[in-house]
Amino acid sequence: MKLFPVRGGVHPEYRKDRTAECAIVALPMPERLFLPLQQHIGAPASPVVAPGDQVRKGQLLATAQGAVSAPVHAPTSGTIVDIADCLAPHPSGMSQKTIILETDGKDEWADLPAGLDDPFAVDGKEIGKRVAAAGIVGLGGATFPSSVKLSLGTQKKLETLLLNGAECEPYLTCDDRVMREYASEVVDGARIMAHALGTPKIVVAIENNKPAALKAMAEASSAFTNVTVVGVPVQYPMGSERHLCQAITGLETPARMLTADLGVVVHNVGTARAIHQAIRFGRPLLSRVVTVSGGAVADAKNVEVPLGTMVSELVEFCGGLRGEAKRLISGGPMMGNPLPALFVPVVKGTCGILALTAAECNEAPPGPCIRCGTCVTICPCGLVPVEMAAFIRKDNLEAAQRIGVMDCVSCGSCSYICPSHIPLVQYFNYAKGAINAKDREARKQDHIKVLVEAHNARLEKAAAAKKAAAAKAAAAKKAQSTPTADSKVSA
Amino acid sequence: MTAVLIDKSGPFTHAPTSVQKTMTTVLLALAPATVFNAYLFGWPAIFLFIVTVGSCLLVEAACLQVQGRSVSGGLSDGSAALTGWLLAMSLPPWAPWWTGLLGAIFAIVLAKHVYGGLGQNVFNPAMVARVALLVSFPVQMTSFVAPKPLFSGTAPGFADSLAITFGSAFNLDTMSTASALGLVKTNLSLGIPASQSVGNTPGLVDMLLGFHPGSMGETSGLLILAGGLFLMWRRIISWHIPVAVIGTLFVMGTLFNTMSPDRFTSGLFQVLSGATFLGAFFIATDYVTSPVSKQGQIVFGIGVGLMTWIIRTFAGYPEGMAFAVLLMNSLAPIIDHHLRPRVFGRTRQGEPLPLKGDK
Repeated sequence: MKLFPVRGGVHPEYRKDRTAECAIVALPMPERLFLPLQQHIGAPASPVVAPGDQVRKGQLLATAQGAVSAPVHAPTSGTIVDIADCLAPHPSGMSQKTIILETDGKDEWADLPAGLDDPFAVDGKEIGKRVAAAGIVGLGGATFPSSVKLSLGTQKKLETLLLNGAECEPYLTCDDRVMREYASEVVDGARIMAHALGTPKIVVAIENNKPAALKAMAEASSAFTNVTVVGVPVQYPMGSERHLCQAITGLETPARMLTADLGVVVHNVGTARAIHQAIRFGRPLLSRVVTVSGGAVADAKNVEVPLGTMVSELVEFCGGLRGEAKRLISGGPMMGNPLPALFVPVVKGTCGILALTAAECNEAPPGPCIRCGTCVTICPCGLVPVEMAAFIRKDNLEAAQRIGVMDCVSCGSCSYICPSHIPLVQYFNYAKGAINAKDREARKQDHIKVLVEAHNARLEKAAAAKKAAAAKAAAAKKAQSTPTADSKVSA
Repeated sequence: MTAVLIDKSGPFTHAPTSVQKTMTTVLLALAPATVFNAYLFGWPAIFLFIVTVGSCLLVEAACLQVQGRSVSGGLSDGSAALTGWLLAMSLPPWAPWWTGLLGAIFAIVLAKHVYGGLGQNVFNPAMVARVALLVSFPVQMTSFVAPKPLFSGTAPGFADSLAITFGSAFNLDTMSTASALGLVKTNLSLGIPASQSVGNTPGLVDMLLGFHPGSMGETSGLLILAGGLFLMWRRIISWHIPVAVIGTLFVMGTLFNTMSPDRFTSGLFQVLSGATFLGAFFIATDYVTSPVSKQGQIVFGIGVGLMTWIIRTFAGYPEGMAFAVLLMNSLAPIIDHHLRPRVFGRTRQGEPLPLKGDK
């Protein structure tokens, strides 16, 4: 298959070899699970259970609220002990409403909806509904509710389902292992998604540093003529939706649009497997594969983890921490988030838990910019990080916006490569947050203005109507009282 | 594990890059040519080199101290050493010691720290120093000697060399010879055609190897070229500026030489003489004072090549590289402003790309 060049990018040390050959192992069921109501982008789910309730595996615990949301299910059987505010797995260090489930070790299944023997015979909308009910979100880390992305086919003509197995973040091998060990499940899930979307073509894109996954996926999809497995260059951030789409189709997604506008929908391979489980067996999303790695982890592993497991328990399972961990990260080292503590739960978007040593982080205090221009050369979005950062330092956000800070995908390549260790992407994230907040405020003001104007218009109209009525009444009165004057004029 | 740090956002890994590594690599690339020149021009050249680099380090340290900045941190980035090194290579090898000291003050104080230090200067410090010296002391700055290799019969001894650099033993009138570019220029003013003068200059092969009079960095074009290619291989510089500078000089030289061989020297002569290689690979590519985008770098390189050729051909000075670089330095911010890369998903004008099928 012909591939298309993608601008820029970096080649970080991948450090995947420590876990690439580690088969996925299941974590023994913890005694307590902590299930936040918001493990996805959108509105938090609303609990349908109360403390003291007995629940069974797969039972609905919290239901989706609104169009963009996802439900939460019980990863095993047990008792709800509390619904309380717990520390969220987020760098803010804020807490969020969390359902606490005491497991009973029986792992008894609830009555699940029956699986579909032939998902290709049912309507795409039905597939979407079942995916939504299963609480499936983008498992690559974005955690956007998958059902919303599956309904795009009803609005647009779609050509290609692009299955993202690039896994371009260093350390992470969870997608690699899923593709190697569950290739047929992934391919089946992808075919179900393509059916729901109405896309005739499926392309599975895997970075060339995963030959075993490429082989496994090619074998699993050999029976299906509409599925192509393709190796893409090892180049960070190849797994970025827009850039992967460009590499495969040659099409560049216009700013402020989606790849779906080009007829391409991108889903993660782990999501495909979860959809296979949900559609074929009626099983909701209860666990996910997490890569636990980094120099400070004693025994790095790929672990199938029940959602809600404390990170501390997961790390213990991997032999605990050895030596000094400089950073504790959820996700990959390029775009992942620092964790505020070990006492936070694994959620749907947790693809990796990394404990990195100081040597791996290679941090240094920022120095003066020497204008080497490397950030300009490697920016996959064609931006000028050096100039944007200069504007943002002076708090000139409008200028930064004019030269494209809102088009930054926060891949972190510029910060990674900067010889002066300037935290460029941190500047851009700050600017994007501040500009978005300002826009929201402006929209709110606009909305208020519209309301006020409508109100004033109504008042004016009422006043005018009153005046007109008064004038009419006065005219009528006048006409009655002064008939002679009229006759005089006309005379 | 002591404490979990959440004081910064990602990425949480970093390429093994640093300013110090970059500067060290450039110094390494200059080393072969420097050593060869030390051999060619002997002890006086070595003394001048030590004085110039040492002065730059001392002046840098003094500037940092006065500003209350970390002296060891500032010196260890290697930028002052590189400035001194490049300045030394652009001086005539037998120039007196005070040119190095004065040059260091011009370069480090006036061209660098007055603007705010590393990364803040508009003009290339080494070239500011060279031009300031050239304008102030034209005789000393254009008095070149023919190569007198170390340990050869013509080379001055250690004591004589000390007298040349630190005393006044270098008799400008009797010992100096003109560089190839200087010879052509002088002869043109005397009515001798360029085509004939070129015949009297060292052959092109000698010029490439370095056996001709010139600044330390102007001779041994081959080693400078090798250093430049090394920098490209190490990805410290890209091809854009060097190719644009050398290409422009070659094209202009060839074009005008074809039209009038008596008045204009050939493209090859332009490329191999003077500071072309040093300028194209080491001076014009200075990060701080050149544009950041590749498009900008090409425009910048063409500008440097064009200005160099114009100054060499029409102006009063035989060599124009330093002037050309400084002139283009002043344009670098404007080039950067007008030549940004195209943003992903947008047209050059900044509008979102039209969807396929949209009219």
